[in-house]
Amino acid sequence: MSGHDGRSRDAYRILQDWLKSAPPQLLEHRREEAELFFRRVGITFAVYGNTEAEERLIPFDIIPRILSGQEWTRLARGLEQRVKALNMFLKDIYGAREILRAGIVPPELVYLNPYYRPQMHGLSLNSDIYVQVAGIDIVRVDDQDFYVLEDNLRTPSGVSYMLENREVMMRLFPELVGMQRIRPIENYVDELLGTLKSVAPASSPWDPTVVLLTPGSLNSAYYEHSFLADRMGVELVEGRDLFVRDEMVYMRTTEGPKRVDVIYSRIDDDFLDPLVFRPDSALGVPGLIAAYRAGNVAIANAPGTGVADDKAMYSYVPDIVRFYMGEEPILKNVPTWRCREQDSLSYVLDNLHELVVKEVNGSGGYGMLVGPHATAEAREHFKGRILASPDNYIAQPTLALSTSPIFTEKGLAPRHVDLRPFVLTGRDGVRLVPGGLTRVALTEGSLVVNSSQGGGTKDTWVLSE
Amino acid sequence: MLSRDADSLFWLSRYVERAENTARILDVAYRMASMPISYNGVETNEWESALITAGGIDQFRAVHGEATPENVIEFLAFSEANPSSIQCCFDTARQNARSVRSALTSEMWEAINSAWLDLRRYKARSINVEDLPRFLNLVKEASLRYDGSAMRTMLRNDAYWFSRLGLYIERADNTARVLDVKYHVLLPQDAAVGGGIDYYQWAAILRSVSALVSYQWVYHQNLRPWLVADLLILREEMPRSLAACYAALSRHLDDISHRYGTSGSAQRQARATHARLANQNIEDIFQHGLHEFLQEFLAENNRLGHAITNQYLC
Repeated sequence: MSGHDGRSRDAYRILQDWLKSAPPQLLEHRREEAELFFRRVGITFAVYGNTEAEERLIPFDIIPRILSGQEWTRLARGLEQRVKALNMFLKDIYGAREILRAGIVPPELVYLNPYYRPQMHGLSLNSDIYVQVAGIDIVRVDDQDFYVLEDNLRTPSGVSYMLENREVMMRLFPELVGMQRIRPIENYVDELLGTLKSVAPASSPWDPTVVLLTPGSLNSAYYEHSFLADRMGVELVEGRDLFVRDEMVYMRTTEGPKRVDVIYSRIDDDFLDPLVFRPDSALGVPGLIAAYRAGNVAIANAPGTGVADDKAMYSYVPDIVRFYMGEEPILKNVPTWRCREQDSLSYVLDNLHELVVKEVNGSGGYGMLVGPHATAEAREHFKGRILASPDNYIAQPTLALSTSPIFTEKGLAPRHVDLRPFVLTGRDGVRLVPGGLTRVALTEGSLVVNSSQGGGTKDTWVLSE
Repeated sequence: MLSRDADSLFWLSRYVERAENTARILDVAYRMASMPISYNGVETNEWESALITAGGIDQFRAVHGEATPENVIEFLAFSEANPSSIQCCFDTARQNARSVRSALTSEMWEAINSAWLDLRRYKARSINVEDLPRFLNLVKEASLRYDGSAMRTMLRNDAYWFSRLGLYIERADNTARVLDVKYHVLLPQDAAVGGGIDYYQWAAILRSVSALVSYQWVYHQNLRPWLVADLLILREEMPRSLAACYAALSRHLDDISHRYGTSGSAQRQARATHARLANQNIEDIFQHGLHEFLQEFLAENNRLGHAITNQYLC
């Protein structure tokens, strides 16, 4: 809640005063109500491999995180710049490949990347947009600087929590919410639908048919899929609801087949089309990629975007921004050592005790080592894993992350947070609602905020200037 | 709408209705079994009769031997070996509800989800005979809440109609089976009728469909078997009667066909059955044989379910 200079940031002053005057039982009571709300509405996520708690509530913290209008403006500019550059990068990678010829990015990082899709090569998308929905993970280390931790460009999730968290706060703390000039985020769903419609194929009708493709109700983000489909007023389809005839995509309805123009896909590329990707997959739609290549359907995000969001490519993003935008990146990268490079590898192995080491293709906080918190034995063990396949790892310093207060049994206490704003890009431009999903590490001192690792969430307030 | 969504709605309503029916059947068994033996007279096992009505006697025998109160309650309320147990009905209903959430109103989802959570808590501590009434109330209230939410909050479009179709197909099936299990006490033969046991059996049938008081309002007479049958088969003002179910089925199928601009075999079948029920009288049914009539009806009802599936749900 305090800046590094020890003085309270203006944005938090009203909240602090309010918290001081609010009786402690009130807060505890409201926290219970919030939990009841999430449980009743069924806002849950599935935890894989944990049958005991198949559906778990993500812990919700009632103390909002606040960003000032100025902070947000700068952040938003940086996000827009970064996502534009990443879209240009993807178009280039699957097209002219100028950035490879210019020697900025090593070609093998692209061609050997498991998310590189040769099927996308030479395909000219109607909109030139590859990433319609990006979730960029941000941390702050001091008053001035935001660092990007990760670019999520495949099927970023969490936006339903951003919206529900606000909903809960407005229900539980109307007086507090009313005191602040909080910029609204409720228009996200409209913006998403507008973005998706804007990338429809040229041959689509004036009002294109959009569907949301989900792997099904067992998927950990299923709640979000149904929430978004419902709010957008589009069908939530599974692969078996779709079929392809003459390179057109249709869905099976009670009135017979209906043509589909835009698919907002929340399925990994591998499962989209068994004729092209994994033949054993039952989730996808045979013939979908042929229809896509024929320009008869749009898929958002485009297949093959993962090549731009793995952790090895991440370290090149500042160069990617400079190359395409001709500008200095507004958002910083966390310094990253690529274990694939010999010098970096020796540095990483010598300094494991102060580094965070991540798998290049890992996610959800799995397969990582937090050096300062690991035992010597665990570090030694991890060293073996790195040496066995150095290409598979990157390392970053542990940052002095800023904290945000949470409500605990013993009152307010600081915890580490990160922020995932959602950046929408359509043919008609970039849309960004002020805010994002704030994730918080609930364990004291912990740096891991992933929901699969027991992290929680809180509402994010961007105040108007 | 998506065929899969329509299918989920159809079965969601069927399973909620089935859970309520099973609760009603258990309720009657509980009442009958707790009656003084002097009323009960001859040897009857109401718990076994509950299993037959719920259509689970064969599965039950494969798992248990004798029908004791405890194991019948367990089997009909919670057993995983019985796909129509109340617990399994709500598990399936919730699964369907989850897959079709965007077609449900939030009230409907909350009714299903909170009932499912409550049932899990009951299962965890396993109920005894004394707990039974409270448990059964919970099930009936969950079903009322789901149904009431649907009536009050859903748009009158195909999502609503498909969910009503599921409900009425299931309800018609249940009413016919309740009657069929008890048809021997309804046979209006001169011999051995009119004793205490018959009276309580007739009352039980009516009670199982919440129609004991309605009977008095319709007929203003003492309980008579053929009138009980008349009420539950032919009277459209009785909401669980076969005639009422078919009035609703053919009305909602017509709603769908008007919306879609086409009609098919489901509409024709529902209308034909409805017309037959409207033109029949109870004497003819008894002449023909009540059991035979009910068996034919159950088969017909089943055929309509298949016709709806083939026309819309796959």
